[in-house]
Amino acid sequence: MADAVSAADNGVNVAALIAAREALTDAPAAAQFKWRAACEWKNGTHSQSTVESYYGLGQEQRHKRTFAFDADHPAVFASEDKGATPVEYVLVGLASCLTAGIAAVAQHRNIQLRSVKATIEGDMDIQGILGVDEEVRNGFSGIKVTYTIDADAKREDIEALVAQSQKRSAVYDIVTNPTNVTVVVD
Amino acid sequence: MSWWLSRRAIDHVVLERGEIAHTWRTERWDSLRLLTPNWQSRLPGYQYSGDDPDGYRTLAEVIAFISGYAKVAAAPVRTHTTVTSVRGSDAGYLVHTDQGDWRCRAVVLASGACNIADVPAFAGCVPPAVMQITAQDYRNPDQLADGGVLVVGASSSGTQIAYEVHRSGRPVTLSVGEHIRAPRMYRGKDLEWWMDAAGVLDDRYDEIEDIARARRVPSLQLAGTPDRSTLDLNALTKIGVKLVGRVAGISAAGKAQFSGSLRNMCALSDLKMARLLDRIDDWARNAGLDDVVGPPYRLPPTRVEPAPPLDMNLASGEIKTIIWATGFRPDYSWLDVPVFDRKGRIRHDGGVVASPGMYLMGSQFMRRRKSALIDGAGDDARDLSGHLASYLDGRMAGENAAAKIESHWA
Repeated sequence: MADAVSAADNGVNVAALIAAREALTDAPAAAQFKWRAACEWKNGTHSQSTVESYYGLGQEQRHKRTFAFDADHPAVFASEDKGATPVEYVLVGLASCLTAGIAAVAQHRNIQLRSVKATIEGDMDIQGILGVDEEVRNGFSGIKVTYTIDADAKREDIEALVAQSQKRSAVYDIVTNPTNVTVVVD
Repeated sequence: MSWWLSRRAIDHVVLERGEIAHTWRTERWDSLRLLTPNWQSRLPGYQYSGDDPDGYRTLAEVIAFISGYAKVAAAPVRTHTTVTSVRGSDAGYLVHTDQGDWRCRAVVLASGACNIADVPAFAGCVPPAVMQITAQDYRNPDQLADGGVLVVGASSSGTQIAYEVHRSGRPVTLSVGEHIRAPRMYRGKDLEWWMDAAGVLDDRYDEIEDIARARRVPSLQLAGTPDRSTLDLNALTKIGVKLVGRVAGISAAGKAQFSGSLRNMCALSDLKMARLLDRIDDWARNAGLDDVVGPPYRLPPTRVEPAPPLDMNLASGEIKTIIWATGFRPDYSWLDVPVFDRKGRIRHDGGVVASPGMYLMGSQFMRRRKSALIDGAGDDARDLSGHLASYLDGRMAGENAAAKIESHWA
C-alpha cells in the first residue's frame, strides 16, 4: 500500500504505463494491437459474445479467462431481454473507458480518489433504426455523462482529470470520430 | 545569431533566399499584427524605440524592424541566394546554393519552423468548386468569393482569419480542435507582460516533463488587437461565427465530418488557461504585486451550443471557401545530413543538432518557451554561438558536440 501521507494510491501502476510508453516510442511495431470478440446468435435478438484473446506487443495474448456477454433487446421491442442491448454495451464501454482514464490520470497527478461514479445516458430516436424516417440517424443523437467524484483535490483539478481522460480515451474517440468498418461474409 | 557570431569574431555569412524578412513580406496576411507587444521584441543591441511600446507591430513595421536590425548588426547577408543542399564534407559541410557553393565548419539552420502549411490528406476530397487556401496564402477577404467560409483551426491564425472574414460579410464556420485560450489583458496588464515577468517564457526545455508534447502545442489563441480585446471563441460566437468540432474526415462525396469532441476541446482549453492564470496569480502574490494590479479573476467558460453540427455537405454551395489554418512544418528537403527522427523531425538537444557543428534557431520551445518569439532569439543565439565557438576551437569534437552545455546558460 502507498504511504497515505505522501502518495496517492488509486491502484494504477502508472510507472509501468510510463515505462511502456517510453519503450514503445522506439518500437512502434510493438504498439500495434488487435482487439477481438466472437459472437454467436442464440435465438431471436439474443446473441452471446466472448472475449478471450488479443494481439499486442508483437504476439498473441490471452486474457486470464474468457469473458462472456449476452446481448438482447427488451420486451418493448417484443424480445426476451436476455441481456443488455448492444447500444447499452456502447454506453458501458464509454463509461468504463473514461472512468479508467480518470483513475490513471489521477494516479499520474498524485490525486487520491475516494469515489468515482458516473451515470451515462444516450438519446435515441428509434425512427432511425425502425426505418420510419430517413432523416433520423440510427445511433445516438447525443450522449451525456455525469461524474460524481470525491477526491483529494480542488474542483478545477477534478474537472481537469475528466477532461484529460476524454482526451486520451479510446472509446470516446471511437464514438466521436469516424471509424472504418468492414463487414465480410466468409 | 549573426550578431553574436560577429561579437565572437566568428567569420560567417547569412544566406537568404529572398529579401531580408522574406516570409514576413510574402507569406503573411495583410492585416497581421504581432501578438507580442512592441517592447517585447528585444534583440541583442536593438529594440523598439517608438512611442507605442504597448502596441502591436503591423506587418510593415515587423519588416522594417527586422530590416533595420540587419543593418544595425551589419549582418553579412547574401540575399536572393537559395540553398539547394547542405551535406557533410571533410572539414564540416558543403552548402550548394543557386549563387555558388560554400564550404564551412559549422551550419546554423535558421530557416524557421513555418515553411510549409500543414493540410490534412482528406483535403483531396473537397469538391473542386470549393476554393481552398491555407493561412500561408491568405491575404485579405477580397481574395474570397462571396458566401460561406469554413475556417479549419482555432489557434492564433485561425481565430484572427475567422474574425476578419466573418466581418467581411462571409459567414464563417470555425472548426475547432486543440487550442490554447488566453486573455489579451489580465489584471490590467498585457498577458505577454505577465508571461515575461513571471518567468513563463524563460521555462527551459530540459526542465519540462514532456518536452516533445510541449513542442507540439499550438500557438496561443492571442491576437495583436489594437483595442486589446480578447479574440477567443466567445468573441467569435458573439459576432455570429459558428463553431464545429475538429474535421475528422471528408468523404469522397464531399461530406465533411466533425468530431463530437468540441465541448471537451473547449473545456481543456479553459482549464489550461486557468492553470496559466493560477501560475501568474501565484507569482504576482509572491512578488508583492497584489496591491498594485487588479484582483484575480477568471473568464467565463467557452460557450458551446448543446448539439453542434457533426457534418456539412461541402458540395451544397453553402461553403465557397475552406481556409486551412491547421499549422505549419519546416522544410528541410535541402538538408542532406542524417539528423532526422523517424517522423522527419530534426534531432537536437536545445538547438544543438545531432551532427557536429550544426545548430538550429527559432523552433518551438527549442531551448526556452520563448524560442519561437523574436524576443527569444537573442538568448538562444548567445547560448548556441558559445557552443559553436567552443566547437570551432576544437574543444569539442565528434559525439561531444551534441552534449549538454551547462556552462552556456546565462
